[in-house]
Amino acid sequence: MSIFINKGTKVLVQGITGNEGSFHARACIEYGTNIVAGVTPGKGGQKMDAVPVFNTVQEAVEETGANASLIFVPPPFGADAIMEAADSGVQLIVTITEGIPILDMVKVKNYLATKKCRLIGPNCPGIITPDECKIGIMPGNIHKKGNIGVVSRSGTLTYEVVDQLTKLEMGQSTCIGIGGDPVNGTNFIDVLDAFQNDDETSGIVMVGEIGGSAEEEAAVYIKENLNKPVVGFIAGLTAPPGRRMGHAGAIISGSSGTGAAKIAAFKDNGIHVCENLGQIGRICKEVF
Amino acid sequence: MKIHEYQAKELFRKYNVPVPEGNVAFSVNEAKEAALKLSGFPVVVKAQIHAGGRGKGGGVKLASSIEEVETIGSKILGMTLVTHQTGPKGRLVKKLLVEAGQNIKKELYLSLLVDRATASVVIMASMDGGMDIEEVAQKTPERIIKVYVDPLLGIQACHLRQVGFGLELPVAAMKPFSQLLSNLYKFFIANDCSLVEINPLILTSDDKVLALDAKVDFDSNALYRHKDLLELRDLDEEDLQEVEASEYNLNYINLDGNVGNIVNGAGLAMATMDIIKNAGATPANFMDVGGGASSEQVENAFRIILADPKVKAILINIFGGILRCDIFAKGVVDAARKTNINIPVVVRMEGTNVDEGKKILSDAGLNLISAVDLSDAARKIAEAVN
Repeated sequence: MSIFINKGTKVLVQGITGNEGSFHARACIEYGTNIVAGVTPGKGGQKMDAVPVFNTVQEAVEETGANASLIFVPPPFGADAIMEAADSGVQLIVTITEGIPILDMVKVKNYLATKKCRLIGPNCPGIITPDECKIGIMPGNIHKKGNIGVVSRSGTLTYEVVDQLTKLEMGQSTCIGIGGDPVNGTNFIDVLDAFQNDDETSGIVMVGEIGGSAEEEAAVYIKENLNKPVVGFIAGLTAPPGRRMGHAGAIISGSSGTGAAKIAAFKDNGIHVCENLGQIGRICKEVF
Repeated sequence: MKIHEYQAKELFRKYNVPVPEGNVAFSVNEAKEAALKLSGFPVVVKAQIHAGGRGKGGGVKLASSIEEVETIGSKILGMTLVTHQTGPKGRLVKKLLVEAGQNIKKELYLSLLVDRATASVVIMASMDGGMDIEEVAQKTPERIIKVYVDPLLGIQACHLRQVGFGLELPVAAMKPFSQLLSNLYKFFIANDCSLVEINPLILTSDDKVLALDAKVDFDSNALYRHKDLLELRDLDEEDLQEVEASEYNLNYINLDGNVGNIVNGAGLAMATMDIIKNAGATPANFMDVGGGASSEQVENAFRIILADPKVKAILINIFGGILRCDIFAKGVVDAARKTNINIPVVVRMEGTNVDEGKKILSDAGLNLISAVDLSDAARKIAEAVN
């Protein structure tokens, strides 16, 4: 098992004819992902390599049976693309796009509450179940099949963690980047819950960062609902207050969202804290 | 993107959110003219900088005559105002807002912001206006009213009543307050704000409500659809190097330490700053060159960091994903050839095309210190500066 995606996932790519869309669609195909369709309004009937392109998501789903969408459209069209995917009935929507206005995401999130689909992202690297399916922009080769679930708000920081795990022979069940935006689709708790219920996941690495209170809420959830070991890391302990550290959501506002508060919440709730990124592989080896 | 109080109040006027009569001034003479245009004395002279706590720092003063406007104006204009939000360096005051004094019966607090957890717009209000709202939230959370607005429905009359009655406003002030809040919500949504804060919102002796202060922050990701707001950006309030970096699409924040660092990805960049601190040194900046940086961007990143006189050594930490290590290495080599690097540079690279990247760096014959992993990099950078 794995969570959210597996060998059977059929993926369509919104924005497949753009630079990023085509580059990463090819990388996903190369990894073994079953990319069945692309969508670019106005380019229906064309092909991206062997992948048929459609004008609408609805049409792509009807013609190919796609059940997941990977979104690369520019930020002004991000919210619209997500809503179109949700309307088409796909079960999973992975949005890579960075820079979608927060009020757009606020609307999207409320709209999606009435739909039966899961949104991952935006502003995220995507999701991968090693050796089965990659829906995202992460380098596939650093991953290895195994039993550790990884969930993170970041991209390259996740690759760093995964790389250390793989080098120490700890493979991964599924790795998910939930994104660096303040309002996102899937949160830590959704993923933790799924990992808890996944037979193939025996341990979890949770990578958070400053801003908001998602890590604190997740820490309490872990104590109350999980019996699998969790290693936690928080980036941004040295970040100054009031400054946005690259990610739209990574900002300490007044006294809320500090790294220290998140670390304290981790410790209070039985999470194994890694305070030095260079050591996360070693700590995981000890804990798992 | 932050704007000044006077700019926020001009926007408030357009949305019929009542504010005191007032004018902006860029010189003492203009401040005097501004005061004379008002309906009488006293007037309030307020320093305009992008930071709170101006009153405590001596940047807000009452003047009861034109002579006082002159003395106070010349004192505040050109002063370096230090508040809890400016940091120890403070900010140079280049603009003043001169406003009509008000008869204040009550000071209240009102703000609108996006609540991350509920994905809605939250109205926050309190009877304890004029104070540090964080402190109120901490000590007496029951004195803060929070009302969540469903963004798909927008603000409803029940929301307005909940806040108005919660603030225990007199009956006569209820209608003007409801109009103010309703208009403020329209302003918030129409302009893609991430925060609008009025502290204090005042109730005057004749039961009017007025925004005595105005703090507005716009969502930078939405500015593409508000070209008019872009004109309100004040580069005087920003760090020059940060402005330059933003022109090259680099995420850069200037900090106080002496270890420059260049990283790809925001999370890894934050973690790299933490590693530097853990090793006993302090980061001079946050620099995220992005997931898919070009070698030209890397070169610019290098140049900006080298231009910072505080920087005594540089740590490069790259995890190649979309940004391939060979592309990155090429950028480093180009930058090194064009600039005279006379400080230690520690490089740690991992990921896509790492061997090609390392080869490019070693073939270039640059004087770089290479690190095998993060712990090794941290140790080496600390040695370089300590």
